[in-house]
Amino acid sequence: MSSFKLGAAALLALGLGAGVAQANEGAHIEKLDWSFNGAFGTFDRAALQRGYQVYKEVCASCHSMKYLSYRNLQDIGFSEAEVKALAAQYEVPALDEAGDPTTVKAKPSDRFHSPFPNEVAARAANGGALPPDLSLIAKARVGGPDYIHALLNGYHETPAGFALPDGKSYNTVFPGNAIGMPKPLSDDQVTYADGTKATVEQMSRDVATFLMWAAEPKLEDRKRAGVKVMGFLGLLTIFTFLTYRKVRRKVQGH
Amino acid sequence: MSSSTPFQTNSKVIKWIEARLPIISTIDGALVSYPAPRNLNYWWNFGSLAGFMLVAQIVTGIILVMHYTPHVTLAFASVEHIMRDVNYGWLLRYAHANGASMFFVVVYIHILRGLYYGSYKAPRELLWWLGIVIFLLMMATAFMGYVLPWGQMSFWGATVITNLFGALPMIGGDIVTWLWGGFSVDNATLNRFFSLHYLLPFVICAVVFLHLWALHTTKSSNPLGIEIKGDQDTVPFHPYYTAKDAFGLSVFLMFFAYWVFFNPNALGHPDNYTEANPMVTPAHIVPEWYFLPFYAILRAVPDKLGGVIAMGGAIVILFFMPYLDFSKVRSAKFRPIYKQAFWLFVIDGLILGYVGAMPAEGIWIIIGRIASVYYFAHFIIIVPLISWFEKPLPVPESIAKAVLGDAAKA
Repeated sequence: MSSFKLGAAALLALGLGAGVAQANEGAHIEKLDWSFNGAFGTFDRAALQRGYQVYKEVCASCHSMKYLSYRNLQDIGFSEAEVKALAAQYEVPALDEAGDPTTVKAKPSDRFHSPFPNEVAARAANGGALPPDLSLIAKARVGGPDYIHALLNGYHETPAGFALPDGKSYNTVFPGNAIGMPKPLSDDQVTYADGTKATVEQMSRDVATFLMWAAEPKLEDRKRAGVKVMGFLGLLTIFTFLTYRKVRRKVQGH
Repeated sequence: MSSSTPFQTNSKVIKWIEARLPIISTIDGALVSYPAPRNLNYWWNFGSLAGFMLVAQIVTGIILVMHYTPHVTLAFASVEHIMRDVNYGWLLRYAHANGASMFFVVVYIHILRGLYYGSYKAPRELLWWLGIVIFLLMMATAFMGYVLPWGQMSFWGATVITNLFGALPMIGGDIVTWLWGGFSVDNATLNRFFSLHYLLPFVICAVVFLHLWALHTTKSSNPLGIEIKGDQDTVPFHPYYTAKDAFGLSVFLMFFAYWVFFNPNALGHPDNYTEANPMVTPAHIVPEWYFLPFYAILRAVPDKLGGVIAMGGAIVILFFMPYLDFSKVRSAKFRPIYKQAFWLFVIDGLILGYVGAMPAEGIWIIIGRIASVYYFAHFIIIVPLISWFEKPLPVPESIAKAVLGDAAKA
């Protein structure tokens, strides 16, 4: 019987694990101790706001973020007025009273402004490479935020003998090592409003945190609910077990 | 305690209904007074858990459909709308996506329990066959459901699997075009998959109804594999197994909740968070974990048609189990050699699952081929041979005697 149970446990562990197992083509990706890890994890609000600053001042010149609206920024600690002002920096297409196309200031409900009008324009401006939309990037890559952090720190001298194609950069983490994105971050690239020193390491952590939030904005709600659900189910398990034990005694005579 | 008593009532209203449609006594017979063997162990919990998962998938699915848009230009964005803007949309979607995995976990254990305890043997062949039909319908439903979010793995998984039909001689190409509703996986494909993904769960419900009808006709098998000989061998389903199933469900829900709340994307593939793009092929196209053993068998055969036949055969062969195993004894408890063969088969399935997740190259091809051959050898050679030469241990006289000892008034 115990071998039976052991076997079943192994079945679950291996069977479920196999689906996730996959070949990791890149270099070693360091697993960081993110504040949002674990059952009680939450996002670091200061890191989120710094990360948004990095996104806005650096990433957003090439990368879109089309599933986010300006209003979502209230979730990371911006006030309603700040969000309104942020949105008003951008123009969105509209129709005037005569029905002719015009533009108006973006509202908080509008999606993040995309740097290029379409894919062709994006490729033309980036040597044929398409900068991926960043809304879901932290869930769309194996390793998630760890991968983003490692990639941004993965720019190194091209080793001798490596044939780097024109217009590409050498990156130890990117699959194939030849990445279309030139090294985006260097020390003090942005000036943080809260005075934090903007090293590449700091900026890459902040922007990875921001991108994780962008990909999974309900992460905190989910984990908080999960803790409550587990507590409830734990109690339910105790009560259903006691109930079962009582009827078993009565019905089986032992 | 004496066993089940038939349905009785003094209520005039219920008597009136019963005389016209005996629905209340039927429900009573199925869920309350149903005489169940008194020795069922926890492996018998997984049938009701599978029923629970079917209902959970239908309920979450129906609500998701209220917010989802089946169109190639809108599907991916509508899933993000569910995740970001719909109240508790993240919970619905994660419960539904992980629910599919949970359904398969439960059903695989349910099937393996049947194989271990010989539940497929006479008089339960139809019960077993209906179960396999449910399993096949589940696979079709899960496959088409995975296409709906219209991510990269949705699109390429659909392309790979539908292309398999192209291996059929003569008519293959036409069949694939017919399945797609065009010349590639596109909007027509997404729409028909959506339609069928909504339909099939209700077909599953109908077959589950037949499965239960057959169950209540032959009655449940049990760990001893001997038939019920009288009232002393059984207990009424309620309260004994309703209470036990409630306990099992509570434990299972914690397992389910772990994935939904704390690791919701672990069982999926990161590529499916990139919108489908027919111009970019993912480095590795991998199906969901529950298809991996069959995917490994498909890839083990060098010929495309041969691979498709082997993959289909891997499930079809289950239908023959009542005849491949002709041992007089049902339960592996009394079959020392079959018991070992069973566990080797389980290990073989796990190896196949692992190989299915690996790229088809190098050592994985060889391991995949050996494990695939063993899979079929288990059914075609090992099981019949064991039935032939194995000397089973003595089987107890009755369930009551085995459970309660000689003191039982047998």
